[in-house]
Amino acid sequence: MKLPFGWRAKAPRRGQEGSRIQGHDRGVMAFSHTAEVIRAEAALKAAGLAVRVMGPPPDMRTGCDMVVEFELVREPLARRVLAEAKLSPLAVAPVRAGMLEPVSLYQIKDFGQWLMVRAANMKLTVDKDTRVIVNISGGGCPDVPALAELLVGQTLDAAPSPLATGQTLCAYALELAFREAQRQLPTHPQPTHPQPEHPRPEQS
Amino acid sequence: MTPPWLIVGTVPDESVGLLQGPCALDRAGLVVDSARLPVWRGTPALLAAACAACAVLGLEPPQALLAGDAGRGSGSRLAYDHLRGALPSLAPRGLTFHYLFPDLAGHDQVLLAALVLPVRPLLVADAGFMYVAKMSGQAAEYDLFTPDAGELAFLADETAPHPFYTRGFLLEAGVGSAELIRRAWDTGGAAKHMLVKGGSDQVVRQGRILTEIAGPQTPAMEAIGGTGDTLTGMITALLMSGRAIPEACAVAALANRLLGQLACPTPATPVAGLVAHVGEALRLALARETEFLRGVMMPPGIRPEER
Repeated sequence: MKLPFGWRAKAPRRGQEGSRIQGHDRGVMAFSHTAEVIRAEAALKAAGLAVRVMGPPPDMRTGCDMVVEFELVREPLARRVLAEAKLSPLAVAPVRAGMLEPVSLYQIKDFGQWLMVRAANMKLTVDKDTRVIVNISGGGCPDVPALAELLVGQTLDAAPSPLATGQTLCAYALELAFREAQRQLPTHPQPTHPQPEHPRPEQS
Repeated sequence: MTPPWLIVGTVPDESVGLLQGPCALDRAGLVVDSARLPVWRGTPALLAAACAACAVLGLEPPQALLAGDAGRGSGSRLAYDHLRGALPSLAPRGLTFHYLFPDLAGHDQVLLAALVLPVRPLLVADAGFMYVAKMSGQAAEYDLFTPDAGELAFLADETAPHPFYTRGFLLEAGVGSAELIRRAWDTGGAAKHMLVKGGSDQVVRQGRILTEIAGPQTPAMEAIGGTGDTLTGMITALLMSGRAIPEACAVAALANRLLGQLACPTPATPVAGLVAHVGEALRLALARETEFLRGVMMPPGIRPEER
């Protein structure tokens, strides 16, 4: 099942066509930590800039890292937005070869009462009737156990976005699974098991 | 005195700092270096399973090096730095690396320190440390990786530094695990041995599937966070007992499947509900060990590993 996510899933809004990322005028911003990349992406998107998170080229990789790709021509605006968010990129450079795309494939497994969504190495399982997150599996970065504690037991509406507290690429993968679960299980689900409308009192 | 086996990982609480010492499991939970830790998923689940398995095998429990790290990586950095300095005096016979921030520089320093020890320890990598071990280009220095299906696709993608960047054609449903296993080995993304976790667990040596363990089946186990941790914990204990890597992987895979059968979980069951059954599951697997291995291991059979 191939599903686009994030910016690619949305048609450009009227008036925003000019800010779409295309051609060769792209740049990347590197930050000191994955958590800053996550915050920068959110701030830049909130400001209406067309950005996306990518894997850095091989000579820039340190382990669990990513960069923000943006339109170079909008660098001054991007820097202002980041400064307001108290963020400062370590480096800004034109896009080079070797950039990596985030995963965009999901696997869905139906367990009857529960639905499991896998994005890359992260799996999130939700009760289809209640939309409560019942388990989080997979991943290997140290924030995964903390995110699991935070999200399990919450509904898809009440649970915080994994990116709100997550700091690693595993958190980002979990965010994708979370969003896909929300898409798969919209707010008003039909019960998967027939529910009696008027339970009868037990016969003695 | 037998050299220790060290399990290295994290707990998502930065106030923990750095803990090192023998671990113990009692009714109230896990104790490492006098600190009591809840047995949720992650390295504590691995440690708890290893302790329970060691009790069944009549072994002293492993040593643990645990850093408090909630994802920023600073705790993992402490563990890397400490380990690099401590390895010469500790001289472990085996190291199991687990939930650690994938830090390439830290990894390279630790691997180098392990490789120059007078007696090379067995090296097992799971979770975040497996990611960085693959990214370093030195996966073949490791004796065992324990990937699941998504992680196997990552290991097979020579361009991906993290599973998050695995290319789509390797994640398509039609791509078989045998093809990914071969590709991972050919492109330098695989350890010498792998236990590939899935509907059927596959024991692999140098890119070739030695055997598969397909039952008993408890599909809900796939959804439960921490079932891979209990598996790696049991593998570690079986390696501590002196079993060869394929044998340890096959028996642990069977025990983890029996664990599912004993606990009767649903996809909503927490791993803590499984850990209590680790001892019984391993006992059942060991009772069938000889017959089981004869059945699942193809010629030339199980031999002490030449490393």
